[in-house]
Amino acid sequence: MARKKIREYDSKRLLKEHFKRLSGKDLPIKSAQVTEATEFTELQDKEPWLSSSKLVVKPDMLFGKRGKSGLVALNLDLAQVASFVKERLGKEVEMGGCKGPITTFIVEPFIPHNEEFYLNIVSDRLGNSVSFSECGGIDIEENWDKVKTVFVPTGVSLTSEIVAPLVATLPLEIKGEIEEFLKVIFTLFQDLDFTFLEMNPFTLVDGKPYPLDMRGELDDTAAFKNFKKRYRDGCRWGNIEFPLPFGRVLSATESFIHGLDEKTSASLKFTVLNPKGRIWTMVAGGGASVIYADTVGDLGFANELGNYAEYSGAPNEEEVLQYARVVIDCATADPDGQKRALVIGGGIANFTDVAATFSGIIRALKEKESKLKAARMHIYVRRGGPNYQKGLEKMRALGDEIGIPIEVYGPEATMTGICKEAIQCITASA
Amino acid sequence: MATGQLFSRTTQALFYNYKQLPIQRMLDFDFLCGRETPSVAGIINPGSEGFQKLFFGQEEIAIPVHASIEAASAAHPTADVFINFASFRSAAASSMSALKQPTIRVVAIIAEGVPESDTKQLIAYARANNKVVIGPATVGGIQAGAFKIGDTAGTIDNIIHCKLYRPGSVGFVSKSGGMSNELYNSIARVTDGIYEGIAIGGDVFPGSTLSDHVLRFNNIPQVKMIVVLGELGGRDEYSLVEALKQGKVTKPVVAWVSGTCATLFKSEVQFGHAGAKSGGDLESAQGKNQALREAGAVVPTSYEAFETSIKETFDKLIEAGKIPPVKEFTPPQIPEDLSFAIKSGKVRAPTHIISTISDDRGEEPCYAGVPMSSIIEKGFGVGDVISLLWFKRSLPRYCTQFIEICIMLCADHGPCVSGAHNTIVTARAGKDLVSSLVSGLLTIGPRFGGAIDDAARYFKDAHDRGLTPYEFVEGMKKKGIRVAGIGHRIKNRDNKDKRVELLQKFARTHFPSVKYMEYAVQVETYTLTKANNLVLNVDGAIGSLFLDLLAGSGMFTKQEIDEIVEIGYLNGLFVLARSIGLIGHTFDQKRLKQPLYRHPWEDVLYTK
Repeated sequence: MARKKIREYDSKRLLKEHFKRLSGKDLPIKSAQVTEATEFTELQDKEPWLSSSKLVVKPDMLFGKRGKSGLVALNLDLAQVASFVKERLGKEVEMGGCKGPITTFIVEPFIPHNEEFYLNIVSDRLGNSVSFSECGGIDIEENWDKVKTVFVPTGVSLTSEIVAPLVATLPLEIKGEIEEFLKVIFTLFQDLDFTFLEMNPFTLVDGKPYPLDMRGELDDTAAFKNFKKRYRDGCRWGNIEFPLPFGRVLSATESFIHGLDEKTSASLKFTVLNPKGRIWTMVAGGGASVIYADTVGDLGFANELGNYAEYSGAPNEEEVLQYARVVIDCATADPDGQKRALVIGGGIANFTDVAATFSGIIRALKEKESKLKAARMHIYVRRGGPNYQKGLEKMRALGDEIGIPIEVYGPEATMTGICKEAIQCITASA
Repeated sequence: MATGQLFSRTTQALFYNYKQLPIQRMLDFDFLCGRETPSVAGIINPGSEGFQKLFFGQEEIAIPVHASIEAASAAHPTADVFINFASFRSAAASSMSALKQPTIRVVAIIAEGVPESDTKQLIAYARANNKVVIGPATVGGIQAGAFKIGDTAGTIDNIIHCKLYRPGSVGFVSKSGGMSNELYNSIARVTDGIYEGIAIGGDVFPGSTLSDHVLRFNNIPQVKMIVVLGELGGRDEYSLVEALKQGKVTKPVVAWVSGTCATLFKSEVQFGHAGAKSGGDLESAQGKNQALREAGAVVPTSYEAFETSIKETFDKLIEAGKIPPVKEFTPPQIPEDLSFAIKSGKVRAPTHIISTISDDRGEEPCYAGVPMSSIIEKGFGVGDVISLLWFKRSLPRYCTQFIEICIMLCADHGPCVSGAHNTIVTARAGKDLVSSLVSGLLTIGPRFGGAIDDAARYFKDAHDRGLTPYEFVEGMKKKGIRVAGIGHRIKNRDNKDKRVELLQKFARTHFPSVKYMEYAVQVETYTLTKANNLVLNVDGAIGSLFLDLLAGSGMFTKQEIDEIVEIGYLNGLFVLARSIGLIGHTFDQKRLKQPLYRHPWEDVLYTK
């Protein structure tokens, strides 16, 4: 789904592979990935330069400002790299308010250099903007006024004329090389469905551009193009990884749903916000699910919101059943004698059969009857759309059958009215 | 981008990729609104042509189907809307072809997951050529009482409930398609209803933006106020903020941007829509709501208060006398589809077909209740499958093995027998496999291969009535009936049919009883006294042994056995078996590239 950040290792891998295809020229990029699973001796066999050059090592975790945070080590040999990694692998760090363990490193040859150039390409609605500066590196923000930007409208290629303002002030002996580099990178950006690409910095090694630090984002909806003929063997992106945002560590239940989501054409999302929360949600629809979570927060009870959960795209009954089981298990964990509320919400569907999707939820609720009772769960349902009468009727009947308080509303009620009721339920004296 | 109305009561669309339900929903909406012409002029179904039958009210109409976008546009020059139900893989290419048709003005793309770079190409082309793209990743939009895209606004009940069959005064635009239907309801509850509603879709770069449509609504005189439902992520809402600040929007705007909950997430979060991603403060719901409020839009404190804000804004317009009364009318009744009526339990309809042997509706196909996986796991053979599909039970392995032996023995009998001959002649006439096969199969009957059932019938009748072989054979002779299962053109007493011997040997080893076969052998002993070639043939052996299988396995009642013999199951064995050989002969002739067969004159006796 949409724009996904990729690791620096993958960005550089794509750059090296496709730069050659698009320009016929080699970029002398070397990089290796190190994770918990890495055997250094094996890696050494595969990448012999590791033992012959001085190295740089840094975390490859989708966050920046690594140099400023002291997470980059320069001019090491492989043994020193191994011990640097060993000390930090799996250790938690905090970056920009997000905490998470470091699981992946990138190792590269140490390149002493003088020039540090900045290059950034961003996809925009009407084209792509290309920014370039001769003063790149860790102080780019201080030198922001030196960054020059051109906008390249959709359908236009990066001609010498358009790129001219970026490279106008470069010394003559490197201008041609850098201009050519920018043009190839721009073509590569479009050809591989990048939505964001940044090199800060790239330098020159023997007069040839060499990225030292790189960030990339791909549009993962373009994955199907990997199988087009012109990329032989379906290896356009190769074995690409789309890591979760830094700091996002999936719990067992979350990764179960994540796995379910990857297997189906439907969409199944589940994030625990507060395991001790007393308001839990299970909402149909990408738009509506956000609004339910908003409303609980906007009404002042964000601290009681247990989770964010969305199902959409017509999951089948079995998928809904498995999904609902997980939501209910989390919602009913560790009963503390206080009331809880489960909001089974949704807007008025355009074409989803409401009765059909509800039957999976109802099966799960029946299975979890004793857990729901132990957690003093009150259930609030609101939904409309095709066949909603039958779906709601089944929900009401379920309340009578298993003896759990359940309030059921259709399109005559407002969508988020049940959020208010849920709040009243948990705040009323027990 | 157009500056005013996109649709009217005469707007017609081309619909790409045949989808019965959304098209029918569009036509139902048309009928409800009292439109004279259906809103779908033609359907494009790549690679096929003709007509599709659909309902317009109670009547069935035929909508032309075209193989290409170009052909459809040429055939329907007044259809200016293109509704694209292609998959995310092909949506961009087909949308681009549609935009390039001079007759097409608006393209709506339903698919979710169209690559952003492809959408950008569409946006660029549409801008340069003054066309409108709605979507991707949307349900579409609706102009109340005039035109509806695909599945927008859901069921007929909902459309009636929200009074979408006649125009109100509110212009509405949202990102979410699901939420658009919710808002049609809310707006109908507190105002005189929707004039036009558009869902632009949840992508990062939608084909047209919230502000594009707000500015358009501002130019439509019938729209008196505008409702906007935005979402966190992206900066689209800021172009609306700019338009408001510059005074380009003169009508009241009530807006809400969802996604205030993003702050509750500890790391960066991607919500259901591709564009709904937490970014900087500028892209947050809070930031956008604040900016819209400051620019003069009515922005509630939460979604929960959105409806109230809409109501208050509308009520002010009413007080100011700015809302002319709506012309109400009662929409006609739309006949309910049979399938829905059945589903909701309102009507029942008799089925036209009954089936008891197999079921393909579940996770995997079942033969007589046995799922395919257990058929494979248990190592069943073709005999077991036949026993499930023909006899609806799992017979013991010796029975199913016997069935397999019968099939193997009868699979072919050389090129000269009449069935094979016909197949060969047909194959050589250049006909296809099925024609060649059936021309051979059609030869099967009382004289060729069809004697198994008769043999079983007569042997059974004679045996069960206790007739001696003499009484049986002579009785048949008196009636002028040949004894089926006895007699062979080549084989005789001293040169018996090897196949018969193999069957008998297998049965004697494995069958609990072979009384019918023994009876057939006694009959053979008697007939051999009459002529040397009146031996028990393969039909007689299979027929009699099958009786032993049915009676001896203990798995069939007497009535069932009678019925099996009566219906003629056993010829089925021959037909099935011989099909293997006939197919082989067809392939053989084709492989050998044999020319048309013509029978030689010399071989025909021409006479008067």
